[in-house]
Amino acid sequence: MRKGSSLLSLPVVLLAAAAGAAVGVGGYAFAYAKGTSYLGNDPATCSNCHVMSGHYAGWQASAHHAVATCNDCHTPAATVSKYAVKAENGWHHSMAFTVGGFPDVIRARAESTAVIEGQCRHCHAQIVDAMTGGRDGVSCIRCHASVGHLR
Amino acid sequence: MTVETQSPRKRALVVGAIAAVFALAAVLAAVVLVDVAQKKAEARNPVVRVVELTDETEDPAIWGKNFPVEYDLYKRTADMVRTKHGGSEAMPRTPSDGDPRSVTAQSKTDADPRLKTMWAGYAFAADFREERGHAYMLDDQFFTQRQVVAKQPGTCGQCHASVYVPMKKLGNGDIFKGFEALNKMPYSEAKQHFKHPVSCIDCHDPASMDLRVTRPGFLEGIRAYKASLGVKDYDPNTMATRQEMRAYVCGQCHVEYYFKGPEKRLTFPWSKGLKADEIVSYYDEVGFKDWVHKESGAPALKAQHPEFEMWNQGIHARSGVACADCHMPYMRVGGTKVSDHQVRSPVLNLNRACQGCHKWPEAELKGRVEAIQDKHMQLREQAFDALVALIGEIKAAREAGKTDDQLVAARYLQRRAQFLFDFVEAENSTGFHAPQESARVLFESIDASRQGQLALRDPSFKPTVAVVNVSTAPAPAAPATPAVVPAVLK
Repeated sequence: MRKGSSLLSLPVVLLAAAAGAAVGVGGYAFAYAKGTSYLGNDPATCSNCHVMSGHYAGWQASAHHAVATCNDCHTPAATVSKYAVKAENGWHHSMAFTVGGFPDVIRARAESTAVIEGQCRHCHAQIVDAMTGGRDGVSCIRCHASVGHLR
Repeated sequence: MTVETQSPRKRALVVGAIAAVFALAAVLAAVVLVDVAQKKAEARNPVVRVVELTDETEDPAIWGKNFPVEYDLYKRTADMVRTKHGGSEAMPRTPSDGDPRSVTAQSKTDADPRLKTMWAGYAFAADFREERGHAYMLDDQFFTQRQVVAKQPGTCGQCHASVYVPMKKLGNGDIFKGFEALNKMPYSEAKQHFKHPVSCIDCHDPASMDLRVTRPGFLEGIRAYKASLGVKDYDPNTMATRQEMRAYVCGQCHVEYYFKGPEKRLTFPWSKGLKADEIVSYYDEVGFKDWVHKESGAPALKAQHPEFEMWNQGIHARSGVACADCHMPYMRVGGTKVSDHQVRSPVLNLNRACQGCHKWPEAELKGRVEAIQDKHMQLREQAFDALVALIGEIKAAREAGKTDDQLVAARYLQRRAQFLFDFVEAENSTGFHAPQESARVLFESIDASRQGQLALRDPSFKPTVAVVNVSTAPAPAAPATPAVVPAVLK
């Protein structure tokens, strides 16, 4: 760039315009889809996508309503893994919702179930460890299905 | 490699490639933006009112302009798919003068000739096929061989056609008057009033889209049933909950019924209850018979398709799960949620029909359904053999010279065994709607067949149920009912 080439050569202008368009349209799409809200913990965000509205309503009527939000059960407690899981789930959700092809009655993937089980134990470690001796293989939500939301 | 080390041509290429990547990113962002905007709009305005619907809008295609998704699904009831124990498969046939259909469902009487023995002397022995989807209800009713071998009243149209608008027209706005007019007509005349199979207006209020009951037969039947429970003047259209209506609209047709008196009034026999044996008691009390059995001389009954009654005895009804929950489950189309108007077997749609409540894998759920149905079929085989054996014995006793008086008890027990068996056989779930109730009814049927055989062999045998002597004299003819001349629909 330094060797005499003009700062305003056609390729550079083209690049800048494309980058500007991408950032502009992308930024607007991000804002329009309430993108920033996905970085926080507000359960209302999860029901931005109306597929979740049944789960959201179920959570409002649930036993854990006063003490746990979506993220408390569906993302790990540690900050880094929390945002890794958020990013992964966000990718799956946005792909599914944009492209379609997912079942109408959605079911947790094995990875998601593992996160949930881990989060049950994160808060209830004391009592659960006393019951299970720390062994794996006992599922909390198999019996306590209605704790978070009933569907 | 850095840009500085490259020739201007290469540099231009790299810059162009980067620009292309950004441009692609912009396009993807725009696609997402448009998609999000579209889905937001769909979620806000699920219905776009294109045409005005009135209480006279009979053609479902017009409703389909406002409800294109529901209408498209409704049209898919033409799909023919079978399940392990039910459903229909497309059987090619050569169109004939009286029947232009090039495809029908498989014949049940050919698959199991015992049905012909059970219905000897009755029109159903001539033609009885697997039920097809709602799209075929009018054609299959009209072109069945039953129309050729017997007179059918206009009453049949109650459930095989969209009759709300025709009834209102015939009754000058009063559906009950129109209902009575239609019942009295021969089918060949009544059919001139039928244009569509069951349609939007038969279940929906065109102004509010609320569910509503439009069939006088159901309005009278449910009132009689509720009265037996101590509820006076029951009217589902004002007194039922929304969830109850999601079963009642189906119960307008998927029920046991008979044609009462010479005026052939469509009547649901529910005043003693909805269970099979309560319905036999009702028929015994009013002395009704569908026909006299050709081989045994018994005053026989034909059960229709009592899905509503049987569902009422099952765990799903007990848990507040209505017909529409499993047969018309909610589905997502873009940003909207619609009720699936392709009414069909839940087994063909396990995710939406079952997994909303039962969160086990689809294969597990299908296995549970089929395990129930397989056991049901075993019981059905035994009950059917017992019934056919009784019919054979009565026939033999009759040929050996036993008098009508000597056959009263055995014939009554045949009537009873046959109705109980047929109630479960004609019910369209292969035992799934209420497995224990189906098993109980089949057991009662087997017991009645067994007692019928005992009554033949030992005149002093006292059956555990009271024997009712139902007249075998021909039923009074409907006033001015000419024989139905089977004709081809235009």
